[in-house]
Amino acid sequence: MAEMPAGPALATSESPLTEDAKRFSVKGDSAHWGVLYGVSGLFALICAVFIVSIVVSSIPAWRHSGLSIIYGRVWSQGTNSFGALPIIAGTLCTTAIALFFAIPIGVGAALAIVHLLPDRLRILLSSLVELLAAVPSVVYGLWGLLVLAPWFEKTVEPDLASITGGKFPFQAPPEGVSLLLAGCVLFVMILPMIVALSRDAIAVVPHDQFEGALSVGATKWQVLRKVVLPGARTGIVGAITLATARALGETVAVAMVIGLNPLFPPSLFSTASTLASTIALQFQDATPLQVAALGALALILMAMTAIVNWFGRRLVRGSASRAAVT
Amino acid sequence: MTTGVIEGIPPDPILERREMVQRVARKTLGRRILISRGMVALSGTALILALVPLFAILYSLVEKGLRWWSVEFFTKVPQFPSLIDPNAIGGISNAIIGSLVIDGIAALFAIPIGVVAGLFLAESISKFASMLRTTAEIMTGLPSILLGIFAYQMIVIGFDEWGVKLPGIGFSGVAGSFAIGVLMIPVIMKASETALRGVPTPIREAGLALGARRGVIARKVVIPTALPGLITAVLLAFSRAVGETAPILWVIGASNMVEWNPRKEMASMPLQIFESATSPYVALRDEAWGIALFLVFVVLVINLGSRLFAAWLQRERR
Repeated sequence: MAEMPAGPALATSESPLTEDAKRFSVKGDSAHWGVLYGVSGLFALICAVFIVSIVVSSIPAWRHSGLSIIYGRVWSQGTNSFGALPIIAGTLCTTAIALFFAIPIGVGAALAIVHLLPDRLRILLSSLVELLAAVPSVVYGLWGLLVLAPWFEKTVEPDLASITGGKFPFQAPPEGVSLLLAGCVLFVMILPMIVALSRDAIAVVPHDQFEGALSVGATKWQVLRKVVLPGARTGIVGAITLATARALGETVAVAMVIGLNPLFPPSLFSTASTLASTIALQFQDATPLQVAALGALALILMAMTAIVNWFGRRLVRGSASRAAVT
Repeated sequence: MTTGVIEGIPPDPILERREMVQRVARKTLGRRILISRGMVALSGTALILALVPLFAILYSLVEKGLRWWSVEFFTKVPQFPSLIDPNAIGGISNAIIGSLVIDGIAALFAIPIGVVAGLFLAESISKFASMLRTTAEIMTGLPSILLGIFAYQMIVIGFDEWGVKLPGIGFSGVAGSFAIGVLMIPVIMKASETALRGVPTPIREAGLALGARRGVIARKVVIPTALPGLITAVLLAFSRAVGETAPILWVIGASNMVEWNPRKEMASMPLQIFESATSPYVALRDEAWGIALFLVFVVLVINLGSRLFAAWLQRERR
């Protein structure tokens, strides 16, 4: 897989099938096609039932609270008050924090991997990044909770507060387990994805163009900025979009480090909640109505990530992406 | 011919422009080189920054996890620490066996469906195929917690709506297998599509020319040719599934017993990490590192192994 040229992947994506494949794909051997259609139909059926089951599970909640689930400001299981706006806000905030760090560092690292490193190091680092992507999310959560949280509480957050004078959004008290910590753990988790996908996008910009620009006297950075980055733009934006979808939906790691507090976070150092982590942590001992409310959260989450994902996929298609990371 | 200025003809504007460009380029060269060096250094810094968390995580894992590895750790079942012996926390044999059974069953039904559906994506040009491709792509990006809800609704409590009745079987390993399997299918589908597409069409047509049916060609030509890619696809999907926590969070019941029967409540490694890490006992929180190290070890071995195996198979063929 590693040395696969861009050719087949491009063919897969641009026009899903080459002329050759079209010729082959005529009718014949009905048993064969029967099996293929049957199994694919089974998968389609599972997906359909999946969506229906999420929608059905949320119906009682919509009956109970109506659309105020989306714009309501109070989420309280005890009083059966289901307003998910603070939770949606928390989800968007953690994702924004993660992207704030991950975009410059991820794209910068991808540029460095492709254009600054000697060949041998490049392969080594590429595989390192892919390994990082393979680490299960619960391990990131563990690391965030037991290593980063104490460090954030004692060092990072007090320092940030004193540097900025405790102004919004850096008010004390530092809590360790917080919005900022969740954002940072997410940043570490989506970084490999951004690096790997942008690296693929950057690597397919033709080297002739790179050399051509150098030959007319542009400096390395000028070439990277004016030739390479524009050429890889779609792929990079796609990488960022897919990473956004991942960050929006990340569950266990965030659940471990965010403190689950369904209020609008007043400061970066306070506990908050996200859609996925709320579902994960409140499901266990929920009444049927509360389960339905969590189903409604799931529906909102599904809609958000599906849209972002669909959009990202369309963008990434042009560049050779790998199943390993995405 | 055009280099000099000929009497009577006004100087060539292109030449003037070229001179201007050269002048500006020369004048700004120092600044441009400086900026370039700065930015290149910045992107190198970004790379180093990106590697810091990797090494920090690996360091913590090895430093805090390795000392838990012992024979008891892998063979005993967990127990809660008591006041007398706060370090007596038993082992994780139940979680290892649980993971094995749950992920094994998941793989058992996800791999055939995934590969065959991948073959369909690779061979069909129907509208259904392209719809299915988009569906699979979106499914791979959906948060896995949604599959937890799905498994809970379908397997744990059962389905009873519109006259369709499916009895639930309660918290069980099967429910976890179902969630994990559904998670694996689209990943395997997409990756095996790529692998199967790599088989040149003329090879398939050679089969047709010999009078073979399509099914025979798929079984005897296409799948064997694409085998290295397929193996990588399946193993990568599997290594991802082994570490998934969210979909099994509240469907497998988290039993503390060694349990081989998938219809009963089971344990699982990622879930055990989650529970230990968030438990109030210090020793259990520490032990989470031991399990995490083992889980990462397993995942990386499958991951690296699949890549190496595929590369080796590819070389053997040539």
